[in-house]
Amino acid sequence: MIAELGHYLLILALFTALAQGVFPLVGAHKNTSPMMAFGDRSAQLLFMLLGLSFAALTATFITSDFSVKLAASHSHSMKPFLYKISGVWGNHEGSILLWTLMLAFYAALIPVFGKHLPERLKARAIGIQGLLTFGFLAFILFTSNPFERLNPVPADGLGLNPLLQDPGLAIHPPMLYMGYVGFSVAFSFSVAALIEGKVDAMWAQWLRPWVLAAWSFLTLGIMLGSLWAYYELGWGGWWMWDPVENVSFMPWLAGTALLHSIMVLGTRHKLANWTVLLGISAFSLSLIGTFVVRSGVLVSVHSFATDPERGVFILLLLMIATGGALTLYALRAKTLKGPGGFEPLSREGGLILNNLLLITACATVFIGTFYPLFMDAFTGDKISVGKPYFDLTFAPIMLLLIFFMGVAPLLKWKSDNWQKLKGLALIALPLGILITIAALIFGKSVLGGIGLAIAAYLAVGTILAFARKTQNFKNLRTQPAGTYGFVLAHLGVAIFTAGAVIMSVWAKDDIGRLKMGETLNVAGYTYTLKTVAPGARENYQFLAAKIDVSKNGQEIKTLATEQRFYPVRNMVTTEAGFHFTSGSTVFAAISEGNAQDGWIVRANFHPFVTWIWFGALLMSLAGFISLFDRRLRSREETS
Amino acid sequence: MMRALLPLGVFLLIGIAFAIGLTKDPRRMSSELINQPFPSFSLSALYNEAETLTEDIVKGQVSLINVFGSWCVACNVEHPILMDIATRKDVTLIGMDWRDERPKAKKWLAKRGNPYEKIIFDNESVLAITLGVTGAPESFITDKTGQIRYKHVGVITPDIWSETLLPIIKTLEEE
Repeated sequence: MIAELGHYLLILALFTALAQGVFPLVGAHKNTSPMMAFGDRSAQLLFMLLGLSFAALTATFITSDFSVKLAASHSHSMKPFLYKISGVWGNHEGSILLWTLMLAFYAALIPVFGKHLPERLKARAIGIQGLLTFGFLAFILFTSNPFERLNPVPADGLGLNPLLQDPGLAIHPPMLYMGYVGFSVAFSFSVAALIEGKVDAMWAQWLRPWVLAAWSFLTLGIMLGSLWAYYELGWGGWWMWDPVENVSFMPWLAGTALLHSIMVLGTRHKLANWTVLLGISAFSLSLIGTFVVRSGVLVSVHSFATDPERGVFILLLLMIATGGALTLYALRAKTLKGPGGFEPLSREGGLILNNLLLITACATVFIGTFYPLFMDAFTGDKISVGKPYFDLTFAPIMLLLIFFMGVAPLLKWKSDNWQKLKGLALIALPLGILITIAALIFGKSVLGGIGLAIAAYLAVGTILAFARKTQNFKNLRTQPAGTYGFVLAHLGVAIFTAGAVIMSVWAKDDIGRLKMGETLNVAGYTYTLKTVAPGARENYQFLAAKIDVSKNGQEIKTLATEQRFYPVRNMVTTEAGFHFTSGSTVFAAISEGNAQDGWIVRANFHPFVTWIWFGALLMSLAGFISLFDRRLRSREETS
Repeated sequence: MMRALLPLGVFLLIGIAFAIGLTKDPRRMSSELINQPFPSFSLSALYNEAETLTEDIVKGQVSLINVFGSWCVACNVEHPILMDIATRKDVTLIGMDWRDERPKAKKWLAKRGNPYEKIIFDNESVLAITLGVTGAPESFITDKTGQIRYKHVGVITPDIWSETLLPIIKTLEEE
């Protein structure tokens, strides 16, 4: 019964979305207020309908109603409560419903925060948002109905993929989707602006918080995904350049570029065309990401749920949405142009360089990710692009980007002179040389030293810019939130860079077969196998080991690691035992073995790996802090 | 106008590539490969970089090609069974070291023993992609003419070995 209700609500939502996609757009065209106002209400109704439908699906999982096919194939009565809920989006149908729910959520927020927006712009944006939601609802109802029934009803469910039974993964997809889908607002407003043939500073100022929110969620989502893959898959990698990871990274790069160009548009009335194009691109890349993950056109290690048939539908959606938007762009780009003119050595100049580099980076990732597909499509050759390509191409672009990140915030808008950068050079240059020499002596690595020096340089540049904005840290309380957002985000990048550099140069690991009491030595740490004991818990059996870690005879931590066997899925997973610190992270994982021959133990030493996630977390936090900037609000109220 | 059309043009090209890509789904290949000759390849051996291995190594005898990697946790579980198979000489075992680094793989095998007669080193996924490998461990059984006859995804457990894979190998031996 609940399933039918959910299905019925989805059909109602489909028609609501269609109406939301048609009336406000027609109303804006004919300039009739009631039709435009309809958009505000239908957006909220649509969100309610989808919210209830999603609740209905969640109910079938919680009550273990295995007459519903989705619950039967992805849930299990023995599963812990939290994972019954996260199981709702741990599969194709449910995750697309969540995606669509968020699309409606963002649309419903537009009337709430956009009371002062020009009526027609708002109506058009809500209309576009309605059309997008309509497309996704059609996709759900025609190819991926989550409420499909199963007959006969199975005695129990198949259970969720054990790898997905993790608190990190319970919140990773929703965060990622909040980011992905958040860019839909930028897309809708870009298209609306193209229809109007007008983009101005007010448009940019109004859109900026939405881009900030989406970007912050996306940053958090990617960070959680990286952390999850690190400790759950136990490969010892925080980023594998896998296609599924790359497609979440591309909207982030485009979104970061958008975040900066929209600032130029908002304060200097420049880069109008470019900003609109980025608004379209960021969301289009999110759609491409969904296309890749859901269709399985690329070989990925994250092979969760894929189906080429569904790929056709998403590709169609992508072609209509992005193709339509870009056609409109081709027709209207000319009318958007603002007044030009500024010196290369100015903050705009820096931000334009930032944009070019970010988009180059995005294109690099894009080419690396899709090159195998293009080769296959046009020549029939099957090739793969691996980590070496990305390390070789991405790192230099980032190095250059960080170089400009250190300088640009120190410059004034419009034009500046080189004198401004003397302070930075005086501090950063000696510091950089010192770090490089230290890295060479203690770490025996030139590349590591250069990487760390550039991270330190960025931190110095950021702090100097902060000092300049606050007149040497005097006016801390009167600073707008945006200033703190800038400082924290850029420091986040510096911290992230330091962590990534150290990890890529100085991480160590070893594997060995250990009998009880035997040891492995990695980077000065001694790993001793203390106990191994079998057991069983709620939905799996396990082999648990305790491994003592010590350094120079000093006891550091006893790591608990488990190998788990999930009978429902006939799957074996490894839970590594971690000791996370802000400095050296050590971890160990147990694998098969027996008392006579010993057990296979993997021991890792990962220095400063936590800085990677801490840096990313700081960036995300900085984005959320910037949302509180009073400048973003006061302008809206006065307009 | 021309410049404004550029984004659309680039996007359309990408869209066409995606559309063609959909018809050539890499995952679908795996099942299509059954009863097809083992794809041709030319890759170096794990232990001897100078030695080039080709599809000829699977011809002339029934072989089990096992995809593994030192990074692969489940491969640790599978390994003792492969060692047993190797000591009993049930079938010619050929290893395919995937997405790995030579020193790590050698170390991994040195500690556990090497069950394979030959090991193909495929760190760039050259063969893995034509084979439609989705993860490790994964195993392919080829007949004496070098045709792929069976694919097993995941760990070979003693039960799977004795109930499924060994009977297939026995029938193929008699062909």
